[in-house]
Amino acid sequence: MVPTHFYLVLAGILFTIGVIGVLVKRNPIVIFMCIELMLNAANLTFVALGRHFGQTNGQMYVVFALAVAAAEVSVGLGIIVMMFRQKETIDIDEVHLLKY
Amino acid sequence: MLTASYILFWILALIGIGSALMVVLARNPVRSALFLVVTFLTVAVLYITLSAQFLAAVQVMVYAGAIMVLFLFVIMLLNLSAPEALKERGTIQRPIALILGAMFITALIFSQALLEMPTKAAHAEEIANLGTVQTIGLSLYNPNLPWLFPFEITSILLLIAVIGAIVLAKRKLD
Repeated sequence: MVPTHFYLVLAGILFTIGVIGVLVKRNPIVIFMCIELMLNAANLTFVALGRHFGQTNGQMYVVFALAVAAAEVSVGLGIIVMMFRQKETIDIDEVHLLKY
Repeated sequence: MLTASYILFWILALIGIGSALMVVLARNPVRSALFLVVTFLTVAVLYITLSAQFLAAVQVMVYAGAIMVLFLFVIMLLNLSAPEALKERGTIQRPIALILGAMFITALIFSQALLEMPTKAAHAEEIANLGTVQTIGLSLYNPNLPWLFPFEITSILLLIAVIGAIVLAKRKLD
């Protein structure tokens, strides 16, 4: 059985890649993908620690995180589509006002 | 047996980290999306090695299926797959992000929680049935456990998301 540390460090690396992607990318769709990456890393941490302590709780949290991720992506991509309709661009630097 | 699981973990970890890096590095958003699918699938296999079989199946269905279809659909709807559509300019953002990321990963790896984690792990026979559909269902729908009410609330959350997506994406009626 691979120790839990390995999984936690892997999840940390995936999370960091997601953070860097959010910071450097200017395409909001790719930023969303990086957020999904971070959610996946957090889920991996939950599952690994759930196995470490022999409890189902970790996997329960992941079930809910999946539902929240699905909801978040549908609303977020709807916002991006609307942004593109109004501004004809989705460059994140061009869209810096909450009110249009 | 011991080394086989280690080898599997290392292969999966390398594929996962490599494709996650490619998500960030790829210039074409369609390629980013496809590399993200690879990452999701490696995470699904990692779930199986963590004896979370149900979550692995759900991961493939929800993430690699539904969410990625949504991403690709929006990319193609907005026609952003052309590389000149969004050029990434070299800005001060990039080195700062790299420095902050390096600091962040160092803080994560050397965090108190990871260094002082209890070493006593659960036994293999304890966790054999941890992630089966039966175990998940029995704890998800058990009224004595705190998961039943959040589960019901989740349905309202998804309903709000559906309504929100429709309201946001529909054209003005005027």
